[in-house]
Amino acid sequence: MIFVQAIAWILDGGHWVGRAGAGNPAILQRLGETLGISVISVAIAVVIAVPLGVLIGHTGRGRLVAILASNVARALPTLGLLSILLLLIGINAVPIAIVLVLLGIPPMLAGAYAGVEAVNRDTIDAARAVGMTEWQIVVRVELPLAASLLVGGFRATVLQVIATTTVASAFAFGGFGIYLINGLAQNDFVQMLAGAILVTVLCLLIDGALAVVQRLVAPRAFPAARRIRLRRRRAAGHSGPRPSRGRGPSRKVCSHEEDLQRRDRGHRRDGGDRPDARRVRQLEEPERRRIGWR
Amino acid sequence: MIEFRSVSKTYQDGTAAVEDFSLEIPARRITVLVGSSGSGKTTVMRMINRMVDPTSGTVEIDGVDVATREPVQLRRGIGYIMQNSGLLPHRSVLDNITTVPRLTGVSKADARRRAFELMEVVGLERSLADRYPSQLSGGQQQRVGVARGLAVDPNILLMDEPFSAVDPIVRDELQQEVLRIQAELAKTIVFVSHDIDEAFLLGDQVVVLERGGHIVQQGTPTEILANPATDFVATFIGAERGKRRLVVSDSTPAIGDDRVLVDGGGYPVGIIAAPGGRLEAGNPNPKSRSVSNKTDQAGDA
Repeated sequence: MIFVQAIAWILDGGHWVGRAGAGNPAILQRLGETLGISVISVAIAVVIAVPLGVLIGHTGRGRLVAILASNVARALPTLGLLSILLLLIGINAVPIAIVLVLLGIPPMLAGAYAGVEAVNRDTIDAARAVGMTEWQIVVRVELPLAASLLVGGFRATVLQVIATTTVASAFAFGGFGIYLINGLAQNDFVQMLAGAILVTVLCLLIDGALAVVQRLVAPRAFPAARRIRLRRRRAAGHSGPRPSRGRGPSRKVCSHEEDLQRRDRGHRRDGGDRPDARRVRQLEEPERRRIGWR
Repeated sequence: MIEFRSVSKTYQDGTAAVEDFSLEIPARRITVLVGSSGSGKTTVMRMINRMVDPTSGTVEIDGVDVATREPVQLRRGIGYIMQNSGLLPHRSVLDNITTVPRLTGVSKADARRRAFELMEVVGLERSLADRYPSQLSGGQQQRVGVARGLAVDPNILLMDEPFSAVDPIVRDELQQEVLRIQAELAKTIVFVSHDIDEAFLLGDQVVVLERGGHIVQQGTPTEILANPATDFVATFIGAERGKRRLVVSDSTPAIGDDRVLVDGGGYPVGIIAAPGGRLEAGNPNPKSRSVSNKTDQAGDA
């Protein structure tokens, strides 16, 4: 079966080492190429998109322009653009990096401005009213609270860039895409499938790692509780997720679902005082009138 | 003393939020700005710490025009307490209280010591210091908000409907807490409210505002209650509906020397002492407000 053959191809130790060429796929070298161009492109995309997105989210200005530009960038035909740039600039890493950066910017930009924009306006207003400078508001209030969505945008950017490196392989650039190109040319479907699997697994691994990061920086409502829990778990030698015991918000990192559950249980995050409201509702009607409950 | 001199605020679309507003706010007293929504009361208050800059006119604190002060420095010297507490959700109670002192360069140890003192002042247990705002009840969050407002030991406290989102029982507690703290610390407090009962309870001076920041009446609660200046004020304080005009109930039997009072609508509202069938007279000076150390010193607010 071709799938088993592909796995065997990947697991062949000889396929990993050495320099590429003369029938040696040199997986490690290709991995290095893929990661190298990806890291550079993602870094440039982040440097451009994060400050821009934070600025848009903080000021609320230029959102339409950003959305429009993002959509245009997303709609760019990767292969066509790459071909033109290669013709204009020459066959080297620069045009490839440019294309990857262009594709990497939109999700990062969206994550940055959506994250900052989603921060409660009252929280920001209060921060300003107690005397924080605009810079302090951005760094100490908006960025920590936007962290989860920022990492979400970063995840999308990384995946987009790594997946697109395969296209670049069509133009004498290495990377995992080379197995797809060569495999197709040589009618070597085992090699093609192996290349596809390698790219997919790489993406899944990185995405999984970033998902963990995203959870760790998540709403950050209860970082102290989280640190204690992790320390305790490490000390106890647990590796897998701990069976949930007990209730209450300090139990684990606050996810959106939990947030909703907590709201259902009557704990609101916005300062509403539900338990006491319930107490009031139990009072007799004249008593409620006396205390002015409407 | 805070002084508004014919202050106006017109927004770019032409809406006039505040028109020709003049007011003196005495030092070391509670002044309550009260009015329905859209009356410009919050806008007026936010001009004091330059969260809103007037289109014309000046706001002076102890004779200094706030427009000449740098907004960030000005705000750090003025306590600000808002509805829904405005706490930073990603910081613990202690970190929230120490936020502003830390910005002004107070050492971490000093800020923490002061924060624990303040938690005691506002009635919060020390054990809550490491909690996050979402783990507190609305009332506790408001207390943290008050502690944060007091953290830099400001002369002026601005309170923007701080208790309107908590339920009546907790609100009652918090209002008493404010009176207790004020008796101790004697700050210049500007309190914005839409609740006339709250205004009468807390205010040394009550300023009733109508749309556009027009002052319809200002005075002590007693003065306003005794002589509502316009029909609007009468309606607003409930005098028109007979809510403020009380009579002794004739149907309810007496409880010892006490009589049940009913309002104009016939609803029972309270009890009055009537020893020997005669109604007692009282002095309209709430104990909580007659504080000896509250003096109108020049230059302290």
